[in-house]
Amino acid sequence: MTQVNSPHPGSPPTAVMRVSQPRKNVDVPDGLWLRCPTCTQIIYRKDMEKALNTCPNCDHHFRLSAKARIALTVDAGAFEEMDRNLVSCDPIEFTARKSYRQQLLDASKGGKAKDALISGCGFIKGRPVILAVMDFDFLAGSMGAVVGEKITRAIERATQEHLPLVIISCSGGARMQESAISLMQMAKTSSALSRLHKRGGLYISVLADPTTGGTTASFAMLGDLIFAEPKAMIGFAGPRTIANTIRTELPEGFQRAEFLLQKGFVDRIVPRSELRSQIARAIDYCSR
Amino acid sequence: MAKKKSLKHQDKSEPEIQAAVSHQPPPPSSGSLAQSSAVTVAVPGATTATAAPEPPRNPPVGMALEFEKPILKLERQIYDLVVMQEQRGVDYTPEIQQLRENLTALIRKTYQNLSPWEVVQVARHPARPQTRDYIDMIVKDFVELHGDRRFGDDRAVITGTGRIGGHKVMLIGHHKGRDTKEKIGCQFGCANPEGYRKALLKMQFAAKFGLPVVTLIDTAGAYPGIGSEERGVAEAIAVNLREMSSLPTPVVCIVIGEGGSGGALGIGVGDRTAMLQFAWYSVISPEGCSGILWKDSQNAPDAAAALKLTSEALKKLGVIDEIIKEPLGGAHRNPRAAADSLERFIDRTLRELRAIPLDTLLEQRYQRIRCLGTQTIAAG
Repeated sequence: MTQVNSPHPGSPPTAVMRVSQPRKNVDVPDGLWLRCPTCTQIIYRKDMEKALNTCPNCDHHFRLSAKARIALTVDAGAFEEMDRNLVSCDPIEFTARKSYRQQLLDASKGGKAKDALISGCGFIKGRPVILAVMDFDFLAGSMGAVVGEKITRAIERATQEHLPLVIISCSGGARMQESAISLMQMAKTSSALSRLHKRGGLYISVLADPTTGGTTASFAMLGDLIFAEPKAMIGFAGPRTIANTIRTELPEGFQRAEFLLQKGFVDRIVPRSELRSQIARAIDYCSR
Repeated sequence: MAKKKSLKHQDKSEPEIQAAVSHQPPPPSSGSLAQSSAVTVAVPGATTATAAPEPPRNPPVGMALEFEKPILKLERQIYDLVVMQEQRGVDYTPEIQQLRENLTALIRKTYQNLSPWEVVQVARHPARPQTRDYIDMIVKDFVELHGDRRFGDDRAVITGTGRIGGHKVMLIGHHKGRDTKEKIGCQFGCANPEGYRKALLKMQFAAKFGLPVVTLIDTAGAYPGIGSEERGVAEAIAVNLREMSSLPTPVVCIVIGEGGSGGALGIGVGDRTAMLQFAWYSVISPEGCSGILWKDSQNAPDAAAALKLTSEALKKLGVIDEIIKEPLGGAHRNPRAAADSLERFIDRTLRELRAIPLDTLLEQRYQRIRCLGTQTIAAG
């Protein structure tokens, strides 16, 4: 479990050196010690992992790989992955500075994930669910045809088997390298959700940091319940794009989970430590 | 029956429709169109059988795209000759005829070999007809309906009822604006959440009363602003995608200019998707893509090529069902002819879709959307 939690198990404790230089932008650091990007306190990695990859001091939620998140979300030893072998065929032969084919190869090097989403069925506190988790480590969790297909299959299976669906989003949006094909995944996942919705199926959408672009503008915002992790960045347009367009500074806390809650687009902010129990409770309330 | 009704309703939209058939220059209702009408008459042998070209009344001025400059130069020459002919009473007919033939050949040659970036330029051409132009040209009895009954009336999206061909429809389209004032009013076609919610409200109204929905897509993307995010533009688009996928009435979507990302798709889910020949449709604008990959927008031409955003590429990928041919030299050279093609497509497609029982239609729509992209993945 700890193996899964650590993004870079076994890496040398170089972070001790870095601690002396104040760095605010450290996000997923490695080593024994690390500095929390929010409270800038130095924290012991093991403490952070024990706290489900949050800062024990200020509750900053560190990003998690899909694998680690699944391990934290479902009951131990009860996750059965689906469609794990799907890979993209590079539909538009996208080549810019680096070819998409090469990017895919690099991202899946060493037998890591084959695309930016893991889906499957498992149990959360004994309740069976279909779970899909996006993986920010793989091309910024972007949605191309594979992610779209896996989500759609997960939705269809939840619909057919009358199981609650949980999708944990953590994504930069639709995948640029598949262009219009990626865009169409927004339509595809949303139309599958339309059928789930009409059959009365429960869909809990969990928004982790970050959830942006085409992911937000499709399945992520269509949950019967929408939970967000504290301080998660959630939005459609990127903050830089907005700032460039309107040429003013963006307000403090803009596009953060708390902002969305205040504006009425998120049902609850759920700390990682409560996610399992909150999902379980919601399932209980929604099962007829 | 629809025809009979059209004869009775002698409102102001009627003469415009007749004009469309007889290929008169469009009414000078908009600066952009009036300007391009001067260009139109100088283009004989456009895709539709055009009437004999009249001498141009205005010199061919206006913004020229870089690759269009030789064309405009030739047009200017023709215009000068025509003016000289009138002033001096000398007959230059053979010369003019020859130049016009050259012009047609030049336009044909230029437009046959447009690069993806040049296609993007054509799609953004200031004189390219927009939703309101098409409404003026092909929609009879158009009655605009405003507002989303939640927050406001977004001018970037036009919604209303009217007749196209033999069909009563709900028309929904992005509108970029034709003069500066209008452009600012509708934020250059970049809609706020209200625009998408207004579109949905009108679509649901249409479904309730059995009106098919026709959407004209022409946006660089949804508006990136604070208010837009505050009022949940992502949610508005997401809900539209979900609801349009099962809207119980035929839905036809046509990209008439720019198809920029989620902002385009937000009114773009339906039974058929078509693109005008020189429109573009992509997950991100070439500038945006260039900004991400090269950290500035200088490489937009390369990005445009990499994104495969032309109608031809997207037809091959199976993302769109049909390409609607534009007149020679693009819709901005002959808005009437472009409108005619569009009208014919809508009329034919709605005829087809309305013959399908609703249950079958919705199942086919689902399957059509469901299959998008599946051929591009494999078990690795």
